[in-house]
Amino acid sequence: MSGASTTDAVTDAALARETKSDRTLHALIFVGLAMAVAIAPFLLYPVLVMKILCFALFALAFNLLLGYGGLLSFGHAAFFGMAGYVCAYAAKVWGLTPELAILCGTAVSALLGFVLGSLAIRRQGIYFAMITLALAQMIYFISLQAKFTGGEDGIQGVPRGKLFGLLDISSDLALYAVTAVIFFAGFLAIYRIIHSPFGQVLRAIRDNEPRMISLGYRVGRYKLIVFVLSATIAGLAGSTKALVFQLASLTDVHWAMSGEVVLVTLVGGMGTVFGPVAGAAVIVAMETYLAQFGASVMIMQGSVFVVCVMLFREGIVGRLARLFRVSL
Amino acid sequence: MTAIYGVPLQALFGQLLLGLINGSFYAVLSLGLAIIFGLLNNINFAHGAQYMMGAFAAWMLLNYAGLGFWWALILAPLLVGLFGIVLERVLISRLYRLDHLYGFLLTFGLALILQGIFQSKYGVSGLAYAIPGELAGGQRLPFMFLPNYRVFVIVASLAVCLSVWLAIEKTMLGAYLRAATENPALVAAFGVNVPLLLTLTYGGGVALAAFAGVLAAPIYSVNPNMGADIIIVVFAVVVIGGMGSILGSVVTGYALGLVEGLTKVFYPEGSATVIYVIMALVLLIKPAGLFGRTN
Repeated sequence: MSGASTTDAVTDAALARETKSDRTLHALIFVGLAMAVAIAPFLLYPVLVMKILCFALFALAFNLLLGYGGLLSFGHAAFFGMAGYVCAYAAKVWGLTPELAILCGTAVSALLGFVLGSLAIRRQGIYFAMITLALAQMIYFISLQAKFTGGEDGIQGVPRGKLFGLLDISSDLALYAVTAVIFFAGFLAIYRIIHSPFGQVLRAIRDNEPRMISLGYRVGRYKLIVFVLSATIAGLAGSTKALVFQLASLTDVHWAMSGEVVLVTLVGGMGTVFGPVAGAAVIVAMETYLAQFGASVMIMQGSVFVVCVMLFREGIVGRLARLFRVSL
Repeated sequence: MTAIYGVPLQALFGQLLLGLINGSFYAVLSLGLAIIFGLLNNINFAHGAQYMMGAFAAWMLLNYAGLGFWWALILAPLLVGLFGIVLERVLISRLYRLDHLYGFLLTFGLALILQGIFQSKYGVSGLAYAIPGELAGGQRLPFMFLPNYRVFVIVASLAVCLSVWLAIEKTMLGAYLRAATENPALVAAFGVNVPLLLTLTYGGGVALAAFAGVLAAPIYSVNPNMGADIIIVVFAVVVIGGMGSILGSVVTGYALGLVEGLTKVFYPEGSATVIYVIMALVLLIKPAGLFGRTN
């Protein structure tokens, strides 16, 4: 089944015709984004911006799978949260340096992505969503019961440590620089994947799977690879978040987190390059703002879901792309 | 002979009964999901929230209107089913022409809103709902104590599953429904009002969820989170059984409830995950599900 093809028709047609000027525009946006990220910690609370960057990277990873692979995973919290646990455990109990701890979290997430992905790609469409949701729920219960995750308490007081054993990153600004570098590295990797021949095959599978099978492509293998890639980068985001908040908890493996990343991507624009970043900024800002009034995050998220699905399926960046007739 | 493998018989039968009770809810809920999916091609994520609403409707009828369990058993499914019909007309029906994933996301959003509303009004600790007087007490069997209400839940859920199956297989409306599941365009060409059929089917599926909710109210406390807790398990049940056959989803529901109960006796740590492990195994061996058809 074709995942998001209905709304992507516009942006996707644009992507097929993506010209040199579009690439230049993307480069300009990247530069603008880099400048904004450089200035942001001096204007806003750095931890808030780091939270946005982690969520944005998480959503970018998710969008790689949904927007370009057409696979709606409703269990991405499993990768985000489990990587956070492993990273926190490695940093706190094993005393690894932050870059090694993040590497551990990301590697475990990739492995988990391989195992869960090989199971989930056996079914398509709506079943795929239900299977990923159920498998992630299994990971949730394992996290609840396992010893190393600390159960209801989670892993608290994770040390940020010294990068490569040399640079102290315990201050917010130092960690901010690291987070920003990780974010852009992940983002550029995803950009490269989308614009590679692999990315083209992926979109073709999303749009017409039977035809790609008859053309001789091993569709299952492509789906599994993109699933693992997506899980890996989601794990990178989760590991980084564990260091930022010095905490790994059940919240990050809960199904609500899986729903939140879907929401972020939907609001920003599925199948757009920059959508997840815009979505993350909007959703995190909205939640932070509303939390001050003690409003129910659940009702807010649900309402945004309903409004977006009914009236605003192309998302913020999708709408902008159509307005200016560019590919974003 | 009071123990098997070191497990007291009483504990074994107690857990088996509990498993059968859970299985009853899995069966009724997956039946509703399967019927809705068959015709609307839409997975109703709000099914858990509607089950929760059924339990709350029973509680509200008792506490605000003074109507007891038996009234609730009839009125709650009607009220919640009516709510489902409104949802289908106002929101869900507008998405039929789009990818089915949008219906999934919409009903997920609705589930969040409903759960959030009940949470902010009633908290998360849960409200008590008494077992109806006629069904209080139980039978003292040689090997265990058998509460009357639990027997009633099993009998009532079996009766509902059987009558839904009969209604679909043996009545005119059921024939329309089966035909429209196969080929809606052709059925519409014969002059059947297919949009109305879709609406009624959704309402019926939702009413089934609410019925299960009323049955659950005296057993579990009435809690805003009860729907979210059960719906993911029901999804796994549906993946295991495959949604191709109505009987299949019912049988799978009861069987998995029993398996869960047995796991609680012999390996308690695994009881929360056993259904997901079975799902993974079924995906490896028979991806279409035990009763499913590959399409």
